[in-house]
Amino acid sequence: MKTPSTTRSRLSTVLALLILAVLLFPVYWMVNASLQSDATSFTTAWFPWHPSLSGYRQALADQGGHLLVSLLLALGATAVAVAVATPAAYALAKFRLPGRGWIVLATLVTQMIPGIVIANALYGTYNTLHLLNSLPGLILADASLGIPFSILLMRSFMANVPGEIIEAARVDGAGRLRTFWSVVVPICRNGIVTAALFSFLFAWSDFLFALTLTSSGTVTPITLGIYQYLGAQTEQWSPVMASAVLACLPSTVLLVLAQRFIASGITGGAVK
Amino acid sequence: MTQVSTIPGARAAGSMRAGGPAGGPRRRRRQERLAQWLFLAPALLYLLAFFGYPIARNVVMGFQDYSTASLYTGQAPFTGWSNYQAVFTSGLFTKLVLNTALFTVASMLGQFVIGMALALFFNRRFPLNGVIRALLLLPWLLPMVASATVWRWMLGQDTGIVNRILEGLHLAPAGGVPWLSSVSVALVSVTLVNIWVGIPFNLAILYSGLKEIPPELYEAAALDGVGPWSRFRYITWPLLRPVVTVVVVLGFIYTVKVIDIILVVTGGGPADASQTLAVQSYQLSFKTFLFGQGAAMGNVLILVSLLFALVYLRFNRRAILTEGES
Repeated sequence: MKTPSTTRSRLSTVLALLILAVLLFPVYWMVNASLQSDATSFTTAWFPWHPSLSGYRQALADQGGHLLVSLLLALGATAVAVAVATPAAYALAKFRLPGRGWIVLATLVTQMIPGIVIANALYGTYNTLHLLNSLPGLILADASLGIPFSILLMRSFMANVPGEIIEAARVDGAGRLRTFWSVVVPICRNGIVTAALFSFLFAWSDFLFALTLTSSGTVTPITLGIYQYLGAQTEQWSPVMASAVLACLPSTVLLVLAQRFIASGITGGAVK
Repeated sequence: MTQVSTIPGARAAGSMRAGGPAGGPRRRRRQERLAQWLFLAPALLYLLAFFGYPIARNVVMGFQDYSTASLYTGQAPFTGWSNYQAVFTSGLFTKLVLNTALFTVASMLGQFVIGMALALFFNRRFPLNGVIRALLLLPWLLPMVASATVWRWMLGQDTGIVNRILEGLHLAPAGGVPWLSSVSVALVSVTLVNIWVGIPFNLAILYSGLKEIPPELYEAAALDGVGPWSRFRYITWPLLRPVVTVVVVLGFIYTVKVIDIILVVTGGGPADASQTLAVQSYQLSFKTFLFGQGAAMGNVLILVSLLFALVYLRFNRRAILTEGES
């Protein structure tokens, strides 16, 4: 009785590993190629038997600054997004404000607006406000990628905070802000972490705002750096692949370290 | 003004108490309301500045001759419908609509079918299930530019690994498939890459939907001797319908605006073979600096997205408006 079912579940694991291997093959190939500095694409071996870091050396020399820009950009956008979205999510979850249903609806609709439309209109405005080619300008634009998502996600976390706890804090004399900061925020830590994680990833991955709102080359995040690489040199692929690997590091590390938050963010942000 | 700055805090409450009976119940209620709105104010301003205003401006720009010169002078003469006329009669428009439709429908279909199959598969119990499922999310989380760059390299005709593998399996024609250089294949290539990116999203959401279905239903069906297909047809599918709607609508909205994958993998070429409405909107504005025409094209895109948004809201509006009442 037990043997066939364990065999079956082992077979399932094998099949699952196979699926994983097929779907993650591009990721493997990227890492593999990044370590073969002398290879043209035709001679790239299936495994980096003679690994060389010269692709990475080249990538860091060319793209190191861009990685730093991306990091500052993503951290800045995350800070802005969380600071703006957290109190809003609380208000939408707990205050009986007139029209809040419509505000939630509007927040949802913003996620459906194509980025190119925003970029097209922002370009002129940014030009007038001297925000083109500036880090703060790009931070503000990138934060807009995370804010609607964060509001919707955290709202469902905050709706679950028992009203009695909030009441109790108010009765004890805590003001709105105090209640929010010392009671609601700690309880909803998981939701806030998830929102921050995704805001970071959205900003880190942003390409369209970087492409349209920076043209002078003074502010170049890594995504734009790779795109420009493609135009310049397509013969030597190992630095390109090494840059791609470096650009993929944060997402990979976050997925490994914060798997639980990521999984709940994808489903929570979409269904709610 | 001083009121506004002190209200949303413990100190405000304290000072009010110290101030004695000055604040009557009505005034206190008004202050309370104001304090509540202040929590929402930054987000509302942000949404207005980065979504409301750009949309409105884009609608206006659609009727303007907005060019590079306009950026310096701030002058953009109104030209009626001429941007739309130019966009619709450019000869490319039919192709763009067709490409966008093919790209979107094929992407969604591919992502959904594979995502669904994987979700059903991972709904079984087996060792390492959770770990493997988590790792499968990776393609969706990686910066699209990075993964699209890898794909572009893998799809190279003479030297790419995809052709090498296909040739090894005797599945490719002699000389390999011209993934990026043929007018008839380029759109297929970007669609395949987009399917690859979207599978994890479909898998994650459909999987969580499957987990919500009470296992007793399957147990009862198993006792009645119902086969696996009938179980899917009469239990899984009907109960999964709301989740499927969400996946399909979100899938549409995400796919129709894809730009990065196409720009990186094919650049929209060769000969506009993989151009879509979104990519063309970008190129009109930022390559040819015809911002008015770019806006017009973008507005067409918004219209299409909103149409789908309406479908989404039709299915979800009640849930959204009532959720969070407490």
